[in-house]
Amino acid sequence: MTRTRPPAAAPAMTRTRPRVVGGLLLVACAVVGVVILGTGDYPIPPLEVIRTLFGAGTPAAEYIVLDLRLPRLLTALAVGAALAASGAIFQSLTRNPLGSPDIIGFTAGASTGALIAIIATGAGVAGVAVGAVGGGVLTAATVYLLAYRRGTHGYRLVIIGVGVQALLVATNNYLLVRGNIWDAQRAAVWLTGSLNARDWSHATVAGAGLAVLLPVAMALSPPCRMLEMGDEAAQALGVAVERTRLALIAVAVGLAAAGTAAAGPVAFVALAAPQLARRLTRATGPGVLPAAAMGAVLLLTSDLIAQRALAPTQLPVGVVTSCLGGGYLVWLLRRGRDG
Amino acid sequence: MADLHGEDLTLAYDRQVVAHRLGITIPPRSFTVIVGPNACGKSTLLKALAGLLRPAAGQVYLDGRAINAYSTKQVARRLGLLPQTALAPDGITVVDLVSRGRYPHQRLLRQWSTEDETAVAEAMAATGVADLADRVVDELSGGQRQRVWLAMVLAQRTPLLLLDEPTTFLDIAHQIEVLDLCADLHERGDRTLVAVLHDLNQAARYATHLVVMRAGAIVAEGPPASVLTEELVSEVFGLPCQIIDDPQTGTPLVIPAARTRRPASSPSS
Repeated sequence: MTRTRPPAAAPAMTRTRPRVVGGLLLVACAVVGVVILGTGDYPIPPLEVIRTLFGAGTPAAEYIVLDLRLPRLLTALAVGAALAASGAIFQSLTRNPLGSPDIIGFTAGASTGALIAIIATGAGVAGVAVGAVGGGVLTAATVYLLAYRRGTHGYRLVIIGVGVQALLVATNNYLLVRGNIWDAQRAAVWLTGSLNARDWSHATVAGAGLAVLLPVAMALSPPCRMLEMGDEAAQALGVAVERTRLALIAVAVGLAAAGTAAAGPVAFVALAAPQLARRLTRATGPGVLPAAAMGAVLLLTSDLIAQRALAPTQLPVGVVTSCLGGGYLVWLLRRGRDG
Repeated sequence: MADLHGEDLTLAYDRQVVAHRLGITIPPRSFTVIVGPNACGKSTLLKALAGLLRPAAGQVYLDGRAINAYSTKQVARRLGLLPQTALAPDGITVVDLVSRGRYPHQRLLRQWSTEDETAVAEAMAATGVADLADRVVDELSGGQRQRVWLAMVLAQRTPLLLLDEPTTFLDIAHQIEVLDLCADLHERGDRTLVAVLHDLNQAARYATHLVVMRAGAIVAEGPPASVLTEELVSEVFGLPCQIIDDPQTGTPLVIPAARTRRPASSPSS
């Protein structure tokens, strides 16, 4: 062969574009983050925010930035990244751009768990988070086991997921109708997904989940990329198909659980962020890291809008992510298949 | 060394038995072609030989060891399989797809080496897709796409190559192009090729070893010239025919009997 290829045409594993995109998204996170930390009833200029972050701010700025606003910001970062990484894995596994933790029933199950905690037991914030994670993980395990028949195929997972989800949505509606009005309202806010009144405990839950599971997701990315070629081709190329898929589902459910425990089932981040990231990186495969960075940017920006759009009224961030993510997806699809 | 054989294989999907106590040996360095009527179990046999389908009974041996004693990756370093069901991910380029053939040689911390680079370049050169390297696979013609898939399996650099109906969905010119390529690969390299094919005349032309299956059993095997007889085709496919020498290659050429000469009821010869 006489032709030599430029480095830009090197295979996906060594390609630099996804890394550049990931880096730019992290910069975007930092910029939006500084703006958010300076935004609110007591506006603080960006330079003052940065000075405060590096420990050289006034006591007042320190209290507002570090104690009041930083936990919420970090929660948003971690939740956005975790949900988006989870969505990226599910989209790759199902070879479906509409894949998300919903398809394995996670979101509906988490909602059922949270509703039972709120309405049946009157649990507090921690109880709701535990109920949500328990409900979601239990549902995902059930769907996986029901779909398992000499191996799980993507489409069987989707169909059983849809069935189980329908049952759970009916349960959720029943619980909402049965509950008293205050519980029902609290439940509705939780179901929308919100970052209001998030403190260090939320940031810790989401952050720890992300710190543990994101590296695992990245380590599983190469075999995940192979699974996109079909089970037989992947196995013929040396992927232990069933074991890999189970590990990927477990990690993706874990990421969704970390995000949901901290902020509720924030809509559309898991669905839209991987798509948006993929359009920027133009790479194949799950693209976990760019998706996570995109999810963080998306949720931070949504939170800024949720805080300021109708200030002083604070919107639940899920309302904004639905509008932004949904609108952008429709626009992209209208523009043509390959953007 | 590329020794592949199956002993006493019973192959089944769930409870439906496809083949019962079948034995097969792939002659090393041969271009073995498996033919047979639809649903005779030829693709199933190929999957079992590749270790993709676990036999209900019996064992496949690869280089003297039971195939399930190897890890999936170890098998993939010795034996390449191109299944019919392979899907090209959306928007993937030719060079990216071919590079995926290097997966069995990669580790978590050693992702891409110069050896990988060379294997991919050689595989693309051997299949004539080097000029398409940066094209998107979805946009290629059927024949080009099949050559890209072959390049991916070649990049695996295995002494054994198993191809499940590599010519399906291709027009006649592209079928010949792909089979010529297979013959080249067989002649040039030190490789053993095993392919499932539908067309008897193509099988007779390209195979050095022909395996004829019917209803999950091997009914004949050997060089095409001695295996492919009028009696066998009539018996296995239920098709009365005449066999002449292929004017181009001298290999057997199956000419189906004219409609008027065929008995109205089932064949009896």
